[in-house]
Amino acid sequence: MKYLMLVGTDPDHTEADAAAAPDIEDWFAYVSGAGKHVVGDRLRPSSAATTVRVRGGELLVTDGPFAETNEWIVGFDVLDCADLDEAIEIASKHSMAYTGRLELRPFWPLDGQ
Amino acid sequence: MTDAADVRAALGDAVAAERLRIVAALIRVTGDWDLAEDCLQDAVERALERWPLDGVPDHPSAWLTTTARRRAVDVLRRRQTERAKLREAQALAELSRDLTGDEPGPYGDDRLKLLFTCCHPALPMAGRVALTLRSVAGLSTRQIARAFLVSEATMGQRLLRTKNKIEHAGIGFRVPEPHRLAARTDAVLAVVYLTFTEGYAATEGEPFRDDLAAEAVQLAGLVAQLLPEDDEALGLHALLLLQHARRAARTDAGGELVTLEDQDRGRWDHDRVVAGLAALAAARATGRPPGYYRLQAEIAGLHATAAHADDTDWVRIVAAYDALLTLRPSPVIALNRAVATGFRDGPAAGLAAVDELGDELADYPLLPAVRADLLRRAGRRREAAAAYRDAVASARSEPERQLLERRLREVSGPAGGS
Repeated sequence: MKYLMLVGTDPDHTEADAAAAPDIEDWFAYVSGAGKHVVGDRLRPSSAATTVRVRGGELLVTDGPFAETNEWIVGFDVLDCADLDEAIEIASKHSMAYTGRLELRPFWPLDGQ
Repeated sequence: MTDAADVRAALGDAVAAERLRIVAALIRVTGDWDLAEDCLQDAVERALERWPLDGVPDHPSAWLTTTARRRAVDVLRRRQTERAKLREAQALAELSRDLTGDEPGPYGDDRLKLLFTCCHPALPMAGRVALTLRSVAGLSTRQIARAFLVSEATMGQRLLRTKNKIEHAGIGFRVPEPHRLAARTDAVLAVVYLTFTEGYAATEGEPFRDDLAAEAVQLAGLVAQLLPEDDEALGLHALLLLQHARRAARTDAGGELVTLEDQDRGRWDHDRVVAGLAALAAARATGRPPGYYRLQAEIAGLHATAAHADDTDWVRIVAAYDALLTLRPSPVIALNRAVATGFRDGPAAGLAAVDELGDELADYPLLPAVRADLLRRAGRRREAAAAYRDAVASARSEPERQLLERRLREVSGPAGGS
């Protein structure tokens, strides 16, 4: 089962949380070594985001993300896991689980239900 | 021909003994929650047809299991011809064998996997409670809807959304990894405890809410049976048994609430008290430091073993509240500790303890009632009356309001005055 892991910031954490956060290189070595990592990267901040819509047949291209919030998506990973518990386990070892927040979104394949 | 009453009795026993195992095994194998329930229901209906004619089988439980399993095979075969699917092919292969798929070891039981799945922290709490009652306790959607005072359609939607989340998010039908087991067991216990408090808090005289508390006691017993090494599972079972033992004494003949100190202790369920104390002893015997539920069970046990309210060992009760506060600080536990202090050291000490809590509890609906009781005991009748008036205004149920109004009349009455 594939999960998109959205990596977001979250101002609500302590310095102790930040100090306890594991090294991201270790996480990447662990998750790719386990064969669970499909793809992933950092993302440029929302100032570099572009929103695309077509309305009334007209292409609308606007600067910025969908909505302004306190929390930004700063990266993503695609994980291939047996089930949600395995994905939670992997996410819990990511440094941003300590200083940000991780959202696991299951893939919804077009040939699935 | 077999007597219809014998058939019903034998079938009732077999369903009580095997329903959960059958449903849990079918969910594990097929991943289809509705199919599992439907196959069991089908087996029960077949038993009602066949047993009066053929006689009750020698092994009614095994008969039910086999019939439900065969039904699952039929349904999946029919589906497979419609659209071949890998999962269903695998399920069919597995269903050709026996349904006893329990893996060896203390955590291999299908029923335990079902519990952990229903109580997964990725599910919304209301959904965990509803699905546990539906799939583990075997209540109907209509019964659960009535227990939570919502329409059957609303509860059906809640169950459907919960089952969909399990499927779509990929929540596995399994016991968590060893290093997550303690936290996930806590999550299971929290669901059982919440189910109980839902039933226990309701005193509106709705019989089914009592059943909800009784279901929670049963669930706690199942969890304790499946996790016999877990002191908190034992502690929760003890707590619920001891609390539920007092059920009959909590209301008088007129349906009015009776507080613990005024209860007729002869009306407590003695068997439940004994079972509760035995579970508590088993929890202690694990040798682990007492946890959240065991400490509450210790308090309930101290009440249960006091022959009269005056015999209550308030010194040990206050000590248990202190331990609870260290473990899980909470203003509500602090308030309960203040009440116990009032019994141990007198109402003035209780009032001082309540006042020390400050604003933390300003909005807690029971605060005025607690202060009113302490003021009444201290003989400060006018202040007590004012506090009871506040308490009546924030009463959460009709019986609670009636009790508070009675107290208000007592302190406002002509007996002395102040």
